[in-house]
Amino acid sequence: MIARRLGWVALGGLVLLLPRLVYEGLALDILTWALFATALDILLGYTGLLSFGHAAFFGAGAYASGLLALRGSVPYPVNAVAGALVAGALSVPLLYLAVRRRGIYFAMITLAFAQMIYYIINEWRGLTGGENGVQGVPRVLVGGLDLSNLTMFYYVTVPLVAVGMWVCWRIVHSPFGRVLMAIRENEVRARSLGYPVDRYKLLSAVLSCTLSGFAGGIYVIAHRFVALETVHWITSGTVVMMVLLGGMETTLGPAVGAALVLLLRDILSTWTDAWGVATGAIFVAVILVFRRGIVGTLQQLMQSRLHAALESAPRRPDEATPVSR
Amino acid sequence: MPVLQTKGLAIDFRGFRALAGVDLRVEAGVIHAIIGPNGAGKTTLFNLLSGLLRPTEGHILFENREITGWPAHAIVHLGLARSFQITSIFPHLSLLDNIRLARQSGTPLGYYFWLPETVLHRFDQDARTILESVGLAEAAGKPAQELSYGQKRALEIALTLALQPRMLLLDEPTAGLGVEDISRVVALIRQVARTRTVVLVEHNMGVVAALSDRITVLQRDAPSGRPAGVVW
Repeated sequence: MIARRLGWVALGGLVLLLPRLVYEGLALDILTWALFATALDILLGYTGLLSFGHAAFFGAGAYASGLLALRGSVPYPVNAVAGALVAGALSVPLLYLAVRRRGIYFAMITLAFAQMIYYIINEWRGLTGGENGVQGVPRVLVGGLDLSNLTMFYYVTVPLVAVGMWVCWRIVHSPFGRVLMAIRENEVRARSLGYPVDRYKLLSAVLSCTLSGFAGGIYVIAHRFVALETVHWITSGTVVMMVLLGGMETTLGPAVGAALVLLLRDILSTWTDAWGVATGAIFVAVILVFRRGIVGTLQQLMQSRLHAALESAPRRPDEATPVSR
Repeated sequence: MPVLQTKGLAIDFRGFRALAGVDLRVEAGVIHAIIGPNGAGKTTLFNLLSGLLRPTEGHILFENREITGWPAHAIVHLGLARSFQITSIFPHLSLLDNIRLARQSGTPLGYYFWLPETVLHRFDQDARTILESVGLAEAAGKPAQELSYGQKRALEIALTLALQPRMLLLDEPTAGLGVEDISRVVALIRQVARTRTVVLVEHNMGVVAALSDRITVLQRDAPSGRPAGVVW
């Protein structure tokens, strides 16, 4: 218990010191991608659905938030919340169709929808700027405070990301989260227990996409622009890689994965243009050694240690604590 | 008045007629066994009754309500629940969590993504009672995958019982069990059947003889002029 509390304090300290350890832009990217990856994990880890189109919702949040700030002078973080709502609304019809299919078909349908969104954004130049993207997005806080200082913006954003991550945690540790796990474990049984599985999958997907949109909404204000690449399928692939690398179905795994990928990219890109090859190789190596991702495998190791310690200790008679992975 | 009735029920799988012209009548409050050779379509019949499959032809009536083509989750909420021949549980969740999920399904709690999961502790007492009735009270906190085969079969039945259905469809509840486990399952079925209707698919003729009030024989390729389902 004490160790856990110390761990959270250490993490808090690390997050607050991050802009001193790496440059602010990278620190902010780590925050936003950590939230994005954690949001994806609701769908990927806990519901068992691989979305290969989450770039569309991250991007929709980014474009909506950026355009509201630029053209409507909507302040931060209201614009990011509005971006989240736009992404959530967009996900309803698309995922309503996608959740009717499973496995690779679900992944392919989400990819196809995301590509459609990519082309729509590219063609709708009047609104989105096409290939140029949305540029010169103002960075103004509610109340009119100017946030052009990136360090200040970072510290305003930390609590927002923390709230977003907490919402993700709440969702998967709720009665609803239990049903999601049941669906992932055994869909037919979940149906035979009276759960309308498609409706649950849709709600899970919409929550995941809304939170991804929130991450996108923060991202655009941090960078002060959004480019067409944000909605490219490579973004979808990158965030899936982050979740797998850090560990699906762990509270902090996706965030760890996001930090790792971004740091690696940052370090390697100063040496070589082929940093993608190196990150790819590291990804393959990590997945081979750590089946459940870095955090997942570490957790498993610690649990089996704990288990061994409990086995050797005398047992209490009423040891019937619920087990959850 | 039958509580469950099918009329001319049939299903095709890509042109293969797996089940044809089944007229089943199950009276309220009985234990009704369905027997027949492998491949006669007993499990397929259960899949149709529980809504996991849609019939190609025919009708299903439960308590005088047409439920043909209803989705599985809606049929459960009418009070018609089933168990599976091939054990179907949530392997990585604890036994308590398994049963809680079944108890939770009758409530809107499943949609409440803003509540902590501890609200599910309200089902703990119920869940423990149910686990006790199938002899699994000791293992309540274990992940379901750590159970022995016989215990998994017991959990399978417990999951269905936890739904508190008015009618139970049990698909080979004693499949693969040893003698001792069989007698325990038989006693359990007899006990739960006091307050509800039970339809039972079973290969063990001893079990069928010990429990059943009615028996229906399901047969493939019935000679013309004879219905596929024969009621004794």
